[in-house]
Amino acid sequence: MTERAISDLGGLPGGPIDTAEHEPTLSERRVDAMMMLLRAKPRSFWATDENRRTIEGLEPKTYAESAYYERWVLAMRGLLIEKGVLSETEIEAKLSEVRARHAEAGQ
Amino acid sequence: MTGPYSIGAKVKVSQGLPPGHVRTPLFLRGREGEVIRHFGDFPNPERLAYGLSGLPKLHLYQVLFTMDETWEGDGAYAPGDTVTADIYETWLEPL
Repeated sequence: MTERAISDLGGLPGGPIDTAEHEPTLSERRVDAMMMLLRAKPRSFWATDENRRTIEGLEPKTYAESAYYERWVLAMRGLLIEKGVLSETEIEAKLSEVRARHAEAGQ
Repeated sequence: MTGPYSIGAKVKVSQGLPPGHVRTPLFLRGREGEVIRHFGDFPNPERLAYGLSGLPKLHLYQVLFTMDETWEGDGAYAPGDTVTADIYETWLEPL
């Protein structure tokens, strides 16, 4: 039998819902902006449904432990690689460069 | 044109359990309901999710279920409570 999708929660006890609002942080705004640019027509690298499929396809532990915009980052990473826009090697190389720069600035 | 189902039609949600990007909630699979609204036709999201065109478009319906049918009488709800869901024609069977 097919397992229940991590996003398919209908009918399960959900507990109380946290409806508290917060101002989007700078990093959240940046993630939002990146997604909007990647999805902007006419180039639009992927469809909304591909975004959802990628997020709902995260391993359950990752999905559960990731905040809303962290899931967006993971979806962007996966879809950029899937679509051949960037390779995993290129992403990792850039991340190493950025981490080194941050470490240097922190000293 | 309201597609294969008219308003008021009795329908059953498919029992299917396919893997992949499925847009019909698990708790409604195999349940019987009534079509109460026709939203129009749209590209199939279950194919759009894989980079396909999603064409031909599918008719999308709002289907009404009683809570007794949905939860099999199990759960905290009031008599007469209902729940609705938006379901594509490919997930519905005529009754």
